[in-house]
Amino acid sequence: MAKVLMKGNEAIGAAAIEAGCRYFFGYPITPQSELPEYMARELPKVGGVFLQAESEIAAINMVYGAAGAGARVMTSSSSPGISLKQEGISYIAGAELPCLIVNIMRGGPGLGSILPSQTDYFQATRGGGNGDYRLVVLAPSNVQELVDLVIEGFDIADQYRNPVMILGDGMIGQMMEPVELRKPKQRELPPKDWATDGTKDKRKPNIINSLYLAAEELEAHNQRLQEKYKKIMENEVKVESYNIEDADVVIAAYGTISRIAKTAISQLEKEGYKVGLIRPITLWPYPYDEFEKINDKCKGILTVEMNTGQMVDDVKIAVKGKFPVYFHGRTGGMVPTPDEIIDKVKKIYGGEI
Amino acid sequence: MEERIIIAGFGGQGVMAIGQLLTYAGMIEDKNVSWLPSYGPEMRGGTANCSVVVSTEAVGSPVVVSPTSAIVMNKPSLDKFEPAVVEGGRLFINSSLVDRKSNRDDIEVYYVPANEIANELGNMRVANMVMLGAYIEASKTVSLESILEGFTKVFGEDKAHLLPLNREALEKGAEVVRNQLATTV
Amino acid sequence: MTIVFQKTRGLTDVETHYCPGCTHGIVHRLVAEALEELGVLDMAIGVAPVGCAVLAYKYFNCDMHEAAHGRAPAVATGIKRVRPENFVFTYQGDGDLASIGTAEIVHAAHRGEKISTIFINNAIYGMTGGQMAPTTLVGQKATTAPYGRDEAHCGKPIRISEMLATIDGAKFVERVTVTSPAHVRKAKKAIKECFKVQIEGKGFGIVEVLSTCPTNWGLTPTEALKWLEDNMIPYYPLGNFKRPEEVE
Repeated sequence: MAKVLMKGNEAIGAAAIEAGCRYFFGYPITPQSELPEYMARELPKVGGVFLQAESEIAAINMVYGAAGAGARVMTSSSSPGISLKQEGISYIAGAELPCLIVNIMRGGPGLGSILPSQTDYFQATRGGGNGDYRLVVLAPSNVQELVDLVIEGFDIADQYRNPVMILGDGMIGQMMEPVELRKPKQRELPPKDWATDGTKDKRKPNIINSLYLAAEELEAHNQRLQEKYKKIMENEVKVESYNIEDADVVIAAYGTISRIAKTAISQLEKEGYKVGLIRPITLWPYPYDEFEKINDKCKGILTVEMNTGQMVDDVKIAVKGKFPVYFHGRTGGMVPTPDEIIDKVKKIYGGEI
Repeated sequence: MEERIIIAGFGGQGVMAIGQLLTYAGMIEDKNVSWLPSYGPEMRGGTANCSVVVSTEAVGSPVVVSPTSAIVMNKPSLDKFEPAVVEGGRLFINSSLVDRKSNRDDIEVYYVPANEIANELGNMRVANMVMLGAYIEASKTVSLESILEGFTKVFGEDKAHLLPLNREALEKGAEVVRNQLATTV
Repeated sequence: MTIVFQKTRGLTDVETHYCPGCTHGIVHRLVAEALEELGVLDMAIGVAPVGCAVLAYKYFNCDMHEAAHGRAPAVATGIKRVRPENFVFTYQGDGDLASIGTAEIVHAAHRGEKISTIFINNAIYGMTGGQMAPTTLVGQKATTAPYGRDEAHCGKPIRISEMLATIDGAKFVERVTVTSPAHVRKAKKAIKECFKVQIEGKGFGIVEVLSTCPTNWGLTPTEALKWLEDNMIPYYPLGNFKRPEEVE
């Protein structure tokens, strides 16, 4: 199909419908409300259901019900709303149901602001809800990639029976870029023979559940989950990297901030600096191995985020103390500028920090 | 070629709309484009702005900090963005609503009486299109035809009857730039 | 040999964990019989709560979801919207439905979700060990109301059926009990009528069942039945609050 110019939030909706998602349960919150609005308009046209829930808590529990009943289903929110959804997300992960959850991050803590941020990295990658579970966390840097990851995200969710989160920021939700809806790589998806659709007296009841009162049963369940997460770590890492074999400084950044880093890198290259980039596309599973490819002479890694330093922990885990790790971050809706990044890189070059 | 444009004005002056038109036109011409609005409570009647990038290369930062061009529809926007324009860049001022001149002598400045022209055309709402016409005439970022091609894509087919009026507004804006260039030379 | 009685197909063979004298078992059987008799057991999807009935998913012989505390009506909404042709019910206690889950039950009723809810009101938190519920009577002792519920401190108990009956989307609301064979028969009739409201696509239905909790009330099973009749029924009057006109 021809490219169309779409706002990120609406493009998520278009991609979800393309992926066969027919159920959306949500609650309004800035800066993602264009997505539920889009779904309210478009889902009825394709025989789907949009339902505005009474709260984010209800919305995610509706997702839990719909996913258990076998549907491709999604919800979306922004930071404070995602906090409310954590209860349901934990249940969905525990009951091993597939669904897509979109977090268009805004500033925090608390009510914070409505401006873009990346302050929910910990919440998305380290849990958020109770219990030992993982979400597959996808971090698009432009609207085309956002669309691609939404479509593939549903497949990943179905393949592993695991919730998948799209982690964007207010910027990618609000910005318009050309997009094309295209099919992801073909995956073999298991049948949803576990879904609740009535026994029809032909099989034993299907039970959607995360409760295991016996210690050994719950431990076995957790071990199964961990084995699944291990497979995801082996198969689903996505990362873009640039010039890390030769760079004197490597920038680590994800989402929209990686684009600002790219602008800084091309400016620095004009001035003769050799700067590389590692851009994790999956924040979990994290592309730790990519950092092994950085050349030994690299002076350091500069992590740039729209928070006070969250992904920087993963960068430190990845480099295992081999390189110094520096950080530059802005918060509150302030966006790091290319000049700030350039300045930091030059300081690392000059041994000033 | 990379044009980084800030378009700013009061909410309701259509700054977001002409930003989207310009972005769409860039896409039609197979350029790499992005459009990023300021958003939030400031959109409710206060000042609003959007960042547009039109480039032959992949778009890096969608946030325009140092614009190659700025289109300002009111005085607060001039005060805010005038200093940000890069040396050798362009500044388009809606002189119907802004009573001061630019302090910059290292950039091209165009004064466009957009509201007056729109008034003469019989529809105040096309003042933004007058400014856009001026911009594309001076910058040649995209063609006027591409803008018109994108018009129904952005505003919907039911607005097609407004095309002639909008074409006229674009052309009037372009004319202001041509006249100004003629007098400077 | 003629079969004169057999257990409903609506229940599994799993032995329940309920305490002696608890009326959950009776209500489970009534629900299961209603599902079977109305011919919807094989297309039923139930939602179990958090609370004493948390393991209901092991007892009902149909597809089941276990929901988070209070969220069963939201989970049921998700299921029913995906599978409108199936029969969807929730089974919830008073801590679950009348406290943490008030938003979910009120809005499910308000939307007229075509689901059915069985609401067990035993005036106490059973599973967690006898804490005060929103339905605990004034003066009734609980582990978090050791001096008895004080109205000045935490208000009067909430009457869910009366409240839900005010909502347009709720098409069937009835309060019953199961303290005697006659009451059990009435309760079953109400449950079946409530389920029919969903089957006929009319909207939301709820049956509140006044139940006993001998363990946490500190009474024998027979004392508990009497306590319920003497104390709960005067505050929570039995009867139908609402039914679709056509059914009357």
